[in-house]
Amino acid sequence: MEFELTEDQETIQQMAKEFAEQKLAPTVEEREEQHIFDRSLVNEMCEAGFNGICFPEAYGGAEGDYLSYILAVEELSKVDDGMGITLSVNVSLCAGPIMSYGTEEQKQKYLRPIAEGRHVGAFGLTEPNAGTDAASQQTVAKLEGDHYILNGNKIFITNGSEADTYIVFAMTDKTKRLKGISAFILEKGMPGFTFGKRESKMGGHTSITTELVFKDVKIPKENLLGKEGEGFKIAMTTLDAGRIGVAAQALGIAEAALAYSIKYSKERVQFGKPISSFQAIAFKIADMAMKIDAARFLVYRAACLKNDGKPFSKEAAMAKAYASDVAMEVTTDAVQVYGGYGYTTDYPVERLMRNAKITQIYEGTNEVQRMVISGALLR
Amino acid sequence: MEIVVCIKQVPDTTEVKIDPVTNTLIRQGVPSIVNPFDKNALEAALQLKDKYGAKITVISMGPPQAKAALKECLSMGADTAILVSDRAFGGADTLATSYTLAACIRKIGKVDVIFCGKQAIDGDTAQVGPETAEHLGIPQVTYVSNLDIKGDTAIVDRECEDGYEVIEVKMPVLMSVIKSAAFEPRFPTIKGKMKANRAEIAVWSAADVKADEKRIGLTGSPTKVSKIFSPPRRVQGILIAEPTAKESVTVLLDKLAEAKIV
Amino acid sequence: MAVIIDEEKCIGCGICETTCPFGAISLKNSKAIIGLACTQCGACVDVCPVGAISRVEVAQEVTMDKTQYKNVWVYIETVEGKIKNVSLELLGEGRKLADKMGQHLAGVLLGKDVESLSKDIFAAGADELYLVEADELAHYNTDGYTTVVANLIQEHKPSVVLVGATNDGRDLGPRIASRIATGLTADCTGLAIDDETGLVAWTRPAFGGNIMATILCPEHRPQMGTVRPSVFKKPLLDYDRCGKIIRVKSTVKPEDIRTKLTDVVKVCTTCCNLEEAEIIVSGGRGLGKPENFKLVEDLAEVLGATVGASRAAVDAGWKPHMCQVGQTGKTVGPKIYIACGISGAVQHLVGMSSSDIIIAINRDKDAPIFQVANYGIVGDVMEVLPIMTEEFKKRKAC
Repeated sequence: MEFELTEDQETIQQMAKEFAEQKLAPTVEEREEQHIFDRSLVNEMCEAGFNGICFPEAYGGAEGDYLSYILAVEELSKVDDGMGITLSVNVSLCAGPIMSYGTEEQKQKYLRPIAEGRHVGAFGLTEPNAGTDAASQQTVAKLEGDHYILNGNKIFITNGSEADTYIVFAMTDKTKRLKGISAFILEKGMPGFTFGKRESKMGGHTSITTELVFKDVKIPKENLLGKEGEGFKIAMTTLDAGRIGVAAQALGIAEAALAYSIKYSKERVQFGKPISSFQAIAFKIADMAMKIDAARFLVYRAACLKNDGKPFSKEAAMAKAYASDVAMEVTTDAVQVYGGYGYTTDYPVERLMRNAKITQIYEGTNEVQRMVISGALLR
Repeated sequence: MEIVVCIKQVPDTTEVKIDPVTNTLIRQGVPSIVNPFDKNALEAALQLKDKYGAKITVISMGPPQAKAALKECLSMGADTAILVSDRAFGGADTLATSYTLAACIRKIGKVDVIFCGKQAIDGDTAQVGPETAEHLGIPQVTYVSNLDIKGDTAIVDRECEDGYEVIEVKMPVLMSVIKSAAFEPRFPTIKGKMKANRAEIAVWSAADVKADEKRIGLTGSPTKVSKIFSPPRRVQGILIAEPTAKESVTVLLDKLAEAKIV
Repeated sequence: MAVIIDEEKCIGCGICETTCPFGAISLKNSKAIIGLACTQCGACVDVCPVGAISRVEVAQEVTMDKTQYKNVWVYIETVEGKIKNVSLELLGEGRKLADKMGQHLAGVLLGKDVESLSKDIFAAGADELYLVEADELAHYNTDGYTTVVANLIQEHKPSVVLVGATNDGRDLGPRIASRIATGLTADCTGLAIDDETGLVAWTRPAFGGNIMATILCPEHRPQMGTVRPSVFKKPLLDYDRCGKIIRVKSTVKPEDIRTKLTDVVKVCTTCCNLEEAEIIVSGGRGLGKPENFKLVEDLAEVLGATVGASRAAVDAGWKPHMCQVGQTGKTVGPKIYIACGISGAVQHLVGMSSSDIIIAINRDKDAPIFQVANYGIVGDVMEVLPIMTEEFKKRKAC
């Protein structure tokens, strides 16, 4: 068991830290407050090579390992969790399934531009009536000659209107239920492919969440990802991996909350002493740190298993559920440490608390994660 | 085009603090960085490479730890890096340093452009660039804020007190670069970083660059540091903190009038 | 000289390691080791509790007969037909050095149709003036000026050469020093004669202004240094003084000058000629955003002042590099310096602390700028500046 990062992992961690501090930190408050998805900043992040960390050089990647990428999501999320999820969606939810299931042509055409930092990706599975129950897909793709005709809509899509490449799931055979779902690669600008409203959310305002609308969108047959009917499998294995990204995002948020709490508790003086000298606060900080470290090891383990090609579904679910629960707890505690000030928007901890919440929900609610974990244990 | 960029690893002097009790430097925890002006110089080189194609060699004279700085330059896009390192170089002043760098550049061979940062933020001399150009017998342009190349000629903006001069000079030429909007250093890419991690950096000794031992290190340095001391502190002035800004300003102006300053 | 450690005596306490300003000392097997970064400053010698560190002379080959070198020279820099302030400042300081050494002070003036400036040079203290006039020297250029000045030095053998640490001075000085293989101390802020050796003791800030170093040039001549503008006061000009003009013919041919000046572009900003300014209003990061520099400019306009900026403001891209005051920017010495929203990092203080009167406005009462300020207002610069501008306007009108 090794607890040391390799030189490459440290390099990437350091780069992500510098990028976050130099490029993201100066404007994150403003972007969060004004709900700005800053495409030029996202482009800078992509061009720096973060999308390509864990992909082979043959597809424009840097040949790094999966943990390196997870470290990057964690570091970016410490400063700007919206950028963390943008990266996670690019890599885990869009480039990931193309890497795993795509043909050589699809990889060169769609994976390479993402890995090289020229494109942004998105993933469309959720529908108004098909959230956790993915089998209730209403979006339909009908084969007509050498094209599929796609109709329907997807909601809550991260990177929604801003992506260049989309992985979209649709029913190709309703009678087969789960086995009738297929995955497609869509490009922005395909006729009939438009965007609905941008969601107004509780937090996560530096990322963008949009509805995707398909009206008779003609998808060339060669944009079918995997085989017809493989969609559900693709979606589930993709989300397995995606969860490690969300877990890293949650971890970053929690670590930021801890760092702010330590700093503030040393500066804030009550009864003539810094509040960190009171056990009530000091022990709270100890608890926060313990939970975060435990979460971190779960997250890193899941990443290493995935990297080594070993089964990681249960471990990814544990990492996601635990890290996001910890993020929620720790950010709530951070607001408590700040007291009344913590509840105001003048301090960053209320933002962290709002933004932690989504990590318990997306890419499989924590209830789904517990289904996955218990399912594996009680088989 | 063959380009050499001279860089130096320096302590981040903006992070240096003074111990208020002993009035001495606190060096602990001060990170070592690539001299910021040298990053502007490297950016200038990289822009020429992007535009016209070039091979960029980064060189540095320093201890083995300076390899880290050279690696950072590789990650930004430089092609090769050479560390000139030898115990005999210890204690070099600007004349001995520039002599050593010139010897290294001679060994590299044909070079079209040599870039340096305006000055290093630890020594702040701004002398190594021009002295190196003189050793090599090539022209120099200092305080460069922008440039372009046409054929064998560099067209250079050189900052002066109230604007800039436009200078044309045939290559080979040495240019020292200031921090300007045109040369904002790029962020290294992850691919570049990983490549740099694996890169081997050549280490050249005094013998390798055929340096005359009388002209390097302490022996080759005409200037000697005779004393180091902390800068004197000034006396405390008058601090005005009235309840409102208006009152503070009134107090200040009255005091200035009283002292017949304004 | 070299610094050596007596391993027998060293107890590995590490005091020298923490004292070394250059981080050149490390501990290995509980013994101090001197690394490559050592500059032989000797800071460690004094602090070693067991006397294990000493400085020893390293024999340096003496190649020149130093006794042949006499007199103090000041390189005179001109701008638009006038002598730059720094050159006058240096004539004042050079006079003091020459008097102490019992030698002459000479000016070195290159250009075209510049002879009329000689009376100012003599009035500022020079005994002689080497005057080189030629078409090729009409405007400063590295190749021509280096050749002329280096040849003069080699022929007339001055003991000390002072050059202003301006952009051109810092272009020319090292080029000459490298050609004639002598020592050059950059950016000096203090000049004296070392009592023990009779050498010029050049004092300069280093390490971002965190330390001062005194430098000697024992075995090479001339002893050369560039000196920061505005550090020394201009001498009183005495037009009754007169001196001898020594005309020297330039041997520079047009083809010797490898750089071709094709244009001079004046960027008309408010921060021109900071080094010559009498009043400077400077802004820093406390202004929050670039638009707020307007407040600084407004005050500057009322006071007839020049606008400067801190490194933080320049790094943020709010002002061009030429406006920067500090260790890596300009050194200024106005009568009044007003620092607005500048915290006062040591590298900034180095560039402005020789101002006569410093006024600082900062929100943080513990900001280091208040340690050098004669007058400080604790307050929000955005609030204070407009009021100050108004009040100065009112009082000016009175």
